[in-house]
Amino acid sequence: MDFIPNTKQDQEDMLKEINIGNVSELFKDIPDKVLLKDKLKIPSGLSEIEIKDLLKKISEMSNISFSYFLGAGAYKHFIPSVVNHIVSRSEFYTAYTPYQPEISQGMLQAIYEYQTMVCSLTGMEVANASMYDGASALAESCIMAVNITKRNEILMSKAVHPDYRQVVETYCKAHSFSLVEVDFEGGVTAVDVLKEKISDKTAAFLVQSPNFFGCIEDLNEIEKIVHDNGALFNVCVVEATSLGILKSPGSFNADIFVGEGQSFGNPINFGGPHLGIMATKQMYVRHLPGRIVGGTVDSEGERGYILNLQAREQHIRREKASSNICSNEALCALTATVYLSSLGKNGLRKVSELCLQKAYYLAEGLSKIGVEIKFKADFYNEFVVKVDDASRVNSELLKKGIVGGLELSKYYPELSNCLLFCVTELNTREEIDKLVGVVKG
Amino acid sequence: MKLIFEKSVKGRTGASLPELDVSMKQVLSNELIREDLLLPEVSEVDVVRHYTALSRRNFGVDNGFYPLGSCTMKYNPKVNEDVAGLSGFTDCHPLQPYNQGCLKLMYHLEKMLCEICGMDAFTLQPAAGAHGELTGLMMVKAYFEGENRNKIITPDSSHGTNPASGSMCGFETITIKSNSKGQVDIDELKNVLDGDVAAVMLTIPNTLGIFEAEILEITKLVHENGSLVYMDGANMNALMGIVKPGDMGIDILHLNLHKTFGTPHGGGGPGSGPVGVKKELAKFLPNPSIVLNDDIYEFTNNSNSIGKVKAFYGNFNVMVKAFTYIRALGCSGLKGVSENAVLNANYMKEKLKKHYKLSYDLVCKHEFVLSDEDMPNDVTTADIAKRLLDYGYHPPTVYFPLIVHGAIMIEPNETESKEMLDKFIDVMIKIKDEAGTDPDIVKTAPHTTVVKRLDAVKAARELDLRFKF
Repeated sequence: MDFIPNTKQDQEDMLKEINIGNVSELFKDIPDKVLLKDKLKIPSGLSEIEIKDLLKKISEMSNISFSYFLGAGAYKHFIPSVVNHIVSRSEFYTAYTPYQPEISQGMLQAIYEYQTMVCSLTGMEVANASMYDGASALAESCIMAVNITKRNEILMSKAVHPDYRQVVETYCKAHSFSLVEVDFEGGVTAVDVLKEKISDKTAAFLVQSPNFFGCIEDLNEIEKIVHDNGALFNVCVVEATSLGILKSPGSFNADIFVGEGQSFGNPINFGGPHLGIMATKQMYVRHLPGRIVGGTVDSEGERGYILNLQAREQHIRREKASSNICSNEALCALTATVYLSSLGKNGLRKVSELCLQKAYYLAEGLSKIGVEIKFKADFYNEFVVKVDDASRVNSELLKKGIVGGLELSKYYPELSNCLLFCVTELNTREEIDKLVGVVKG
Repeated sequence: MKLIFEKSVKGRTGASLPELDVSMKQVLSNELIREDLLLPEVSEVDVVRHYTALSRRNFGVDNGFYPLGSCTMKYNPKVNEDVAGLSGFTDCHPLQPYNQGCLKLMYHLEKMLCEICGMDAFTLQPAAGAHGELTGLMMVKAYFEGENRNKIITPDSSHGTNPASGSMCGFETITIKSNSKGQVDIDELKNVLDGDVAAVMLTIPNTLGIFEAEILEITKLVHENGSLVYMDGANMNALMGIVKPGDMGIDILHLNLHKTFGTPHGGGGPGSGPVGVKKELAKFLPNPSIVLNDDIYEFTNNSNSIGKVKAFYGNFNVMVKAFTYIRALGCSGLKGVSENAVLNANYMKEKLKKHYKLSYDLVCKHEFVLSDEDMPNDVTTADIAKRLLDYGYHPPTVYFPLIVHGAIMIEPNETESKEMLDKFIDVMIKIKDEAGTDPDIVKTAPHTTVVKRLDAVKAARELDLRFKF
């Protein structure tokens, strides 16, 4: 398959019209000693039938026919059929970034709607058009905080997702920010440790809620401490559906919100593409990285949308840009917008209630058979249990067609034989009962 | 067109969920629960009509010719979309066992990219080209740890992400002027190469569409200086099967799968920006990497790694499409892509240079740059771009690179036919004529689009960045 319309004859005609003998003349400015004389060592091309067959075989080497009780930053949720039909429309997915607004009003308006929904859900005042994912958005929120406060130290809770913490560490090292971690206790950020470590050198404190262990953090208390020290309060949400039921980070006076929007209609896709969400207070808008869509009017007074405040971005400010981000996750943001429109106010609330109730039902069921729920803190749809032999529990579950919780010991050595379970609206009562039955045995 | 919120009617919903099958309990105290939730309340038909209507106010490659220079807006094969939708890919959790299909695909994609680029190892973790540049520069920084190399050098034609990525790693960017042939000025380069320079960042072919004819001399000088050569691989569509960056002295590069390898642009992403390196840099690649041990694909972590730039492993679903593309085209197909991309661009350049000022009259690769100098009646590049909209075309890239006055960067790519190129050339000639005989119609364009020219100044002054309920 090659998708090249021009035939050999077309090519010859074209060469003739521009007085070139053959195509290799167009490459004679390349030093002869590096011009490839042999073919690339890649197999010959395939027809559509063969390529489909090949990919089907590869896809079947992964097994997805399980009941899943695994989250830890990537969540299986119901995706209404509508979503895929809309985002498969090629006017959306084959389009470029909307730099020519007159023919991109579709995507621009959709992103404006996305920004609105993000502000609504997070309680923040302005949102951007997306970042790569929650982890890189969290890392960029550090850069934003340092630019705003002119302080160089980032404080981060150890209860933030381990991958996210690694990404923050990687970015902080590149920028020469100092990074200090704050321990957790009882599954949530240890507030007394935070009080001890925060100072007037701190640009921001990063907290995730519900955190990696599924526990809901005391954002009220943390906010007071952070703001008393003149630092920024950066709140991260990784299970986006929690925003359907829990009080918004904006209502706790968060300065910068970052999140992972994969739960909003995006398939799990082995970890990507996901959706970085970023939002902030109006007063910090010029420090916000990424694209932002704004409303305006055209020369005839008709309402339209454009990419706004481009002077923050790399194509204009170059080395002075607030970030280097260019392509982001626009189609995933569109996916989230369609998902949220489809479910709407009532539907999203219902999803959150289902997740919450089913998670507590599982916790109760496990508790009743003597399994220790590790942390006493309130949780949303994930929680940690301690068992005698975590890997044995998971292998028994797998034999019965169940993917169990994440083994935590490799991320937190102090949490040996602990499993992080996740329950969503996709898990039925039967599945939950079955899981409890297997663990009991 | 109205916003979805303006179509909201209390009580409506567009999705259905099953009833709760366990008993409802008060599990959280009320003070944790939110009371507000401002989202639309619309039925499924409203959702479909609204977003369908929005899609019809958008223009993708499937709608028409999209000669955006440096973006490589080639046709997105539909078979790629289909196989990427296979549930073994979409439903696989990144942390689950029984993931061999996903790991195998990633492993072999890395190997094929190594072969295409002449590099020793790849990471697929970065989510976009700029993310790849950042990752690459972090690795450069790690490579020189202990030495005080805090500068990078880029030509004045470089993409804005190059210096922006440099700043994100604490590098100072030195910009060097291009010579009269639009290429790196060797003397200028020699002047700035010193012990502070970590890397020279080059786009090859450059953003004028011109190949750096003295590339071997350039990489030799940079290496003699103890520095590394980073290649911005955005323009790789001109080189596949023709030459390997690794053979030219490139130490590290990034690719854009959503450009060269035909994965869709999505209206602004998701993309994928893999980074390829020579073996001296391989230990710095982000964690985890994928290894093959006795027929089992596994993740492994390297203690010298720069860390991670994204949660999990990268934009996997984009990788599926790129893998499929490479296997469908095969070795000869990939070379055919580059040959035809370059032929199409040279064909257009030769025809249009009679009517528009050509920035540099040299053989080009897959793109070339015109200028609005010599346009009659002060008609600008912006005007030309807007007038092209009236004729049903997406304009080329405009006002980049900065070193050409009113740059018009045209990249036809290989998936366009001779007739399409001829039609576009005719329209460009027509607009040039209009600029002479009826300049107003060009200066007030577009006329036929759903909105006319939008007021960006007003937008920046009166910020309206979300709907207020």
